[in-house]
Amino acid sequence: MHELAVTESILQISEKYAREADALKVTGINLVIGKLSSIVDDSVQFYWDIISNNSLCKGALLHFERRDAVLHCNQCSVEYRIDTSLQPCPNCGSPDVKIISGEEFFVDSIEIEK
Amino acid sequence: MNAIRVPVVEKILSANDQLASQNHALLKSKHVFSINIMASPGAGKTSVILQTIKGLQGRLKIGVIEGDTSAVTIDADKVNEMGVPAVQINTGGDCHLDAVMVAGGLQQLPLDDIDLMIIENVGNLVCPAAFDLGTDINVLIASVPEGDDKPYKYPAIYRGLDVLILNKMDLLPYIKFRPDYFKEGVEMLNPGLQTFPVSCVTGEGISAWLDWLEKRVKEEIR
Repeated sequence: MHELAVTESILQISEKYAREADALKVTGINLVIGKLSSIVDDSVQFYWDIISNNSLCKGALLHFERRDAVLHCNQCSVEYRIDTSLQPCPNCGSPDVKIISGEEFFVDSIEIEK
Repeated sequence: MNAIRVPVVEKILSANDQLASQNHALLKSKHVFSINIMASPGAGKTSVILQTIKGLQGRLKIGVIEGDTSAVTIDADKVNEMGVPAVQINTGGDCHLDAVMVAGGLQQLPLDDIDLMIIENVGNLVCPAAFDLGTDINVLIASVPEGDDKPYKYPAIYRGLDVLILNKMDLLPYIKFRPDYFKEGVEMLNPGLQTFPVSCVTGEGISAWLDWLEKRVKEEIR
């Protein structure tokens, strides 16, 4: 359900930067979302089509770049990706780990016409 | 017409974060320590809050903001009965509180007369994690019957915590809950997280949580 708030925020940010750049229209929005951020792309797209309709962003395409969750083991310094579920270091089994990516949640850039 | 790429690099929900810092500044200026209590439905948020109010009565002046998805006032009524100022925020079906709603709630409470503001979030392990409210600490109430896999399934909420309360410890003998597996998941996401195992039924562990909280509040607001 919080996808609506997320989508509204994406629209607000995109419009702000589009106006600052004197855009006539926005054609694309590049989002970076880590796999640990619980956002459903399809739901954001669904809301987007509705709420962007009367804005500079009407018809703009949402591009989702999904960043993998990468962990670093503090014991043996191995870096590993997690696909399905959180797990301890596959090399030494230690849970003493640090998350180094996968929590990204930002608008990276917009594509405009002017 | 030229197609141009404009760099942005702005965090989604940044507007919420800005308002959250205003909430935080307001609470600091009034010398109020604030906690955001999150949990899944049925984990025992209201029970822990009632125990906390009961245990700290006479020690701290408390205020409560209750987040609910519909216009029932059961939880806020229970708090009001204990003589504590409480406001209820009806989120209109939304699955979380956000900083705007909390700002509205704060306006209705006598902040000059409150040491500890308890904000009860909507029961949900996904959405509240994305919305900073501007509180001093984030607290999650997990409970034994929910299962030991919750940190693995809901990593985002465990990442942002300052305190974890593990409730319903009295049910441990009856439920397949592996404390070591649970703890390992928590440790990977939030090393060294301050954790209080409690039971609101037997009272086990409640005084450790209350003593910790009282000490923390008094350090912050003096």
